[in-house]
Amino acid sequence: MATAPRFWRENPSRYNLVGIRCNSCGRYFFPRRAICPICHRKSVGKIEEVKLKGTGKIFSFTEVHDTLEELVLQKPYVVAMVEFDEGPKVTGQVIDCEASELQIGTPVRVTMRKLSEEGPSGIIHYGYKFVPVKEKAP
Amino acid sequence: MRRVAVIGVGDTEFGELWDSSFRDIGIKAGLSAVADANISADNIDALFVGNMSAGRFIEQEHIAALIGDYAGLARDNIPSTRIEAAGASGGLALRQGFIAVASGLHDIVVVGGAEKMTDVSDEESAVIQSSAADQEWETVLGATFPALHALIAKRHMHEYGTTREQLADVAVKNHRHGSLNPKAQFQREITRETVMSSPMVSSPLRMFDCAPSSDGAAAVVLCPLEQAKKYTEVPVEIVGSGQASDYLALHHRKDICTMEATKAAAKRAFAMASLAQKDVDLAEVHDNFTISEILAVEDLGFFKKGEGGKATEAGLTGLEGEIAVNTSGGLKARGDPIGATGLAQVVEIVTQLRGKAGKRQVKDAQVGLTHNVGGTGATAVVHIFRRA
Amino acid sequence: MKVGIVSYGAYVPRYRITPDEIGKVWGVDGKSMSKGLMINCKSVPSPDEDTITISVEAARNMMRRCSVDPRDIGAIYVGSESHPYAVKPSGTIVAEAIGASPNLTVADYEFACKAGTAAIQTCMGLVGSGMVKYGVAIGADTSQGAPGDALEYSASAGGAAFLIGSEKMIATLDRTYSYTTDTPDFWRREGQMYPRHGGRFTGEPAYFKHVLSGARGLLERVGAEPKDYTYAIFHQPNGKFPTRVAKQLGFSDAQIKTGLLAPTIGNTYSGAVPLGLSAILDEARPGDRIFAVAYGSGAGSDAFDIKVTDEIDKYPRSKAPTVKELDSNLKFLDYATYAKFRGKILLGGE
Repeated sequence: MATAPRFWRENPSRYNLVGIRCNSCGRYFFPRRAICPICHRKSVGKIEEVKLKGTGKIFSFTEVHDTLEELVLQKPYVVAMVEFDEGPKVTGQVIDCEASELQIGTPVRVTMRKLSEEGPSGIIHYGYKFVPVKEKAP
Repeated sequence: MRRVAVIGVGDTEFGELWDSSFRDIGIKAGLSAVADANISADNIDALFVGNMSAGRFIEQEHIAALIGDYAGLARDNIPSTRIEAAGASGGLALRQGFIAVASGLHDIVVVGGAEKMTDVSDEESAVIQSSAADQEWETVLGATFPALHALIAKRHMHEYGTTREQLADVAVKNHRHGSLNPKAQFQREITRETVMSSPMVSSPLRMFDCAPSSDGAAAVVLCPLEQAKKYTEVPVEIVGSGQASDYLALHHRKDICTMEATKAAAKRAFAMASLAQKDVDLAEVHDNFTISEILAVEDLGFFKKGEGGKATEAGLTGLEGEIAVNTSGGLKARGDPIGATGLAQVVEIVTQLRGKAGKRQVKDAQVGLTHNVGGTGATAVVHIFRRA
Repeated sequence: MKVGIVSYGAYVPRYRITPDEIGKVWGVDGKSMSKGLMINCKSVPSPDEDTITISVEAARNMMRRCSVDPRDIGAIYVGSESHPYAVKPSGTIVAEAIGASPNLTVADYEFACKAGTAAIQTCMGLVGSGMVKYGVAIGADTSQGAPGDALEYSASAGGAAFLIGSEKMIATLDRTYSYTTDTPDFWRREGQMYPRHGGRFTGEPAYFKHVLSGARGLLERVGAEPKDYTYAIFHQPNGKFPTRVAKQLGFSDAQIKTGLLAPTIGNTYSGAVPLGLSAILDEARPGDRIFAVAYGSGAGSDAFDIKVTDEIDKYPRSKAPTVKELDSNLKFLDYATYAKFRGKILLGGE
């Protein structure tokens, strides 16, 4: 079972999508990493922390029916691989929708929800999930 | 580099082995491999053990020493090493044994793999299996291990038109093969309908698209090829060994429909063997999910990208097909005791190349391949074997 | 110094349940219950929502509508009676989530249903005194009613956040007045899952006495009459109480209509007046005057005299959803799913 500090140290990325940009090649990565896997040594000293906008498109998705114990109240739920506008992909839940309303390419934006809790007396973990972006009626 | 041969193989039955402990199955497989190789303890120079998660399945770490001990090798102080690479632990242990013999450091090496999965609840087992993926950036966000493979399946269907039926055909074929393997966990044939009406796990994958949780162990004995005839009539040479890694998390990969690690490991193994895909008669590939086998037969180069589903549907991967894939039943039907799987694949290939596979024997099998994957493709190990 | 609302944001979960559906389970005529309470349906949080996620969503909606640097926020107060932690603040998570950490003060408030307006008052004082440049006041709840209890037909979820400052105010907070006594009409003891209440005792001696006293006290102090206001909003444990209290004070149905959300989302407790005020700001015009009275059991009321400024014409309301927009994409639950969502089903192994 996870402990509070293990989650806490990732809060910048879980709450606010803090990733990095490699200023050698201009690529974005999420979550943070110390070295650019494309530029290798050229990226040393050129890694800049950036906050991703949180908007993107569904690259692939699945409706999860059989899940880990702590998510049992939510099932079935949708997990998607989302491609951010800045380029990197990320895995997360898509909420407030039915799987049947989604397709590959559906635009989504980030929101923050409970990810899990360590039992009724343990710490609660919060982080990013996604909601479909509905085109506003004119 | 010395040429290396497999001179003995052994395994346990795979399944829910309630009566057997981790050490029971580990020793049973090891002893049967040692007996098959006609060697005894004083011949053994080193032991390598593939295991994913004994620490969490049975709360026992330090299992290399444990297996060495109960194999009766403690007093001989034989070096024993555990290898971990999630689902690829067994294949990677074989590679370490291969390197040790090829390098000249050791002569006789026993490589085993074992996992005891049923001493924890199904829920706990799912948690442990999910730790092969990226805990912080996949599992924590709700992506179970089947869900990650479902993302691959969905995308593969989207890009290449792979059908739900073709996924089912993988399971149907592997159950057919399993029905011919007396050691398989599932020895009953199923139909497309069985797969497609089974409970949804993570759409589009259903229960019969997923390999089971299993207890089991498998082991092989290696020695330099030049000494092999001392121990066996039919040595099987390891002619190629390739290993590769990739990004841990699926979402970081260049293309989730391609396991680059499989491609790279295969390229290296084929180069070492100086063989091509057309030379391979049979392959044991890592079908932990039906979609995984489709990716595997494409990325290993047996079929073009996107053609794996169609090839399966056309029967090209069956016993009588262009290349017989997973004649043992694969992870799906033979069972998938994680750390043992990579070695169980070797046991099957060696049995086939010896011509001892009974009803599931591939006619005149000369060259076989094993393909073992860790996580969603972050580690891949490929070995190529030839009847010496 | 004039202090007012610089920005605001609201959030309401998408799930709903009707009194009829709840009544079916408990052998209660839900339809007449619905009519009596003036509640057609109430909002329900999904299992991954709580007061913190609602507060974050409301605060982020608030920040989307303004260009204030979150590091200029000097205080965040989250008012709720359903903080997910008994000990560990909700507000620190909100502060991190909107990028306001670490140079600020944070605390959680609890005063039954009026903790959110208590937070607004605190921010008024801090901004007015020059102690902070901006303060954030949030009222949010995921209230629970015990299975079968009368509260179950109304207790819902939602919240709103207000950025309080003294520049570019879309509405000025011209005066506030509170009326407080010790009146045990509703309570929840430490460690208890559900609140208890005094039944009809929550009416006349509690809600009505405090809301009327708060409202009259404010009107007297600012020298105004109900007809001077464009909008009025009262705490709404249901649709009936605020409608009745408005009538007693002399406010018309037209004045309270916009801020009366209980009929469609139920009683959002600490979120109730903040959400109603948000709904009014969603459509208010320069010069509009708003009268707001929150009520919290235990008991007290916070009354506000608010005036909408010309700034609201330039204010980009459309950068975040309006309360009306939040009341869309609805999904109605059956009682079984509702019970599962609200943790009313005992799971094995716990």
